Amino acid sequence: MYDGGKIIAGLIVFLGIVGFPFWYNAGSAGYKTPELKLPPKSKATECIRPTDWMRAEHMQLLDTWRDSVVREGNLVYTTASGGHVEMSLQKTCMDCHDSKKEFCDKCHTAAAVDPYCWDCHIAPKEEK
Amino acid sequence: MKTTRRDFLKVAGVTALGMAAGAGPALAYSKGAYLPHTEHMDTGHDHLAAKRWGMVIDTRAFHGEADYAPLIEACHKEHNVPTIPGTQDVKWLWTGGFHATFPHNHQEFLAERAHHAAYPLLCNHCDNPPCVRVCPTQATFKREDGIVMMDMHRCIGCRFCMAGCPYGSRSFNFQDPRPFIAEENLAYPTRMKGVVEKCTFCTERLAEGKMPACVEASEGKIVFGDLGDPDSEIRHILAENFTLRRKPDLGTSPSVFYII
Repeated sequence: MYDGGKIIAGLIVFLGIVGFPFWYNAGSAGYKTPELKLPPKSKATECIRPTDWMRAEHMQLLDTWRDSVVREGNLVYTTASGGHVEMSLQKTCMDCHDSKKEFCDKCHTAAAVDPYCWDCHIAPKEEK
Repeated sequence: MKTTRRDFLKVAGVTALGMAAGAGPALAYSKGAYLPHTEHMDTGHDHLAAKRWGMVIDTRAFHGEADYAPLIEACHKEHNVPTIPGTQDVKWLWTGGFHATFPHNHQEFLAERAHHAAYPLLCNHCDNPPCVRVCPTQATFKREDGIVMMDMHRCIGCRFCMAGCPYGSRSFNFQDPRPFIAEENLAYPTRMKGVVEKCTFCTERLAEGKMPACVEASEGKIVFGDLGDPDSEIRHILAENFTLRRKPDLGTSPSVFYII
């Protein structure tokens, strides 16, 4: 093999750089789903869809909501149990989930997701 | 073995069929996982509807600029419009003199009353809005009821609409407006840096069955109604009074009328 040493050395350096995320995080604790603080039962009697569904699909739901409200003028959402709620992040969602820090941010921070909802929408005032 | 074109096509056809059969259930599963919830949505029972919303402002009932202050305050408070010192002038409803309001009406000997009066200015919700035509992302659009709406989620801040609007009805957020809002209305969002904003005829209030904030604050001096209905109050008022529209010769056909 011509220049075998150089090639092998190059390959080792290459693999080291490509594998950086893996070996850098090796040994540290794995991802754990953060423990969410749910709103008190007195305030939030039911969610508009089953919890598991909301956990997986809330971003699609919010995305559909914002287009439907702004562009089609739809304002009322029929929940899983047949109730009616106003489609509004500020007025409906955050009325029950009254802590952005405890509810939204915990997961979003852990998953390194940074949605820009709050650049415009006003989060409820946190109680200190 | 030599593959003829005929054999190749046969194999390719069977393979494609097999792939389609395999993809079928997978597709059905992905559809089930994301439930399109549009069928759970409707406009609600209380909302006000019209063929074409319009506004008549009886400027005879207002005496000077101070009379418009409560209207402007109601509008700006409701929609979290900031008061930024300097030249950045973010506004939904403001006032102007006769020549600023009707620049193409060069009456040589204008009535003294009209000359000294102030006129409220806002988005005219044109029937033929130039801002909609020039918007590259369709962030600004005309609703079926004639309201020219902004989708702040989609605005990229290119400001073509500001160049297109002949009435200067649009404001650009050069900076985060939040520090300049004295009292936030928690029921309405603010804007982010880099989007255009303007009057929306209070679509969020119409959806709840309420009149726009300025109409409510004017105590009857502004009439809001359906221009598309010949029997509506607004059409009767237009039939009985002489009204002016802003820059009618541009062909934008504004929906805001001024009784002079």
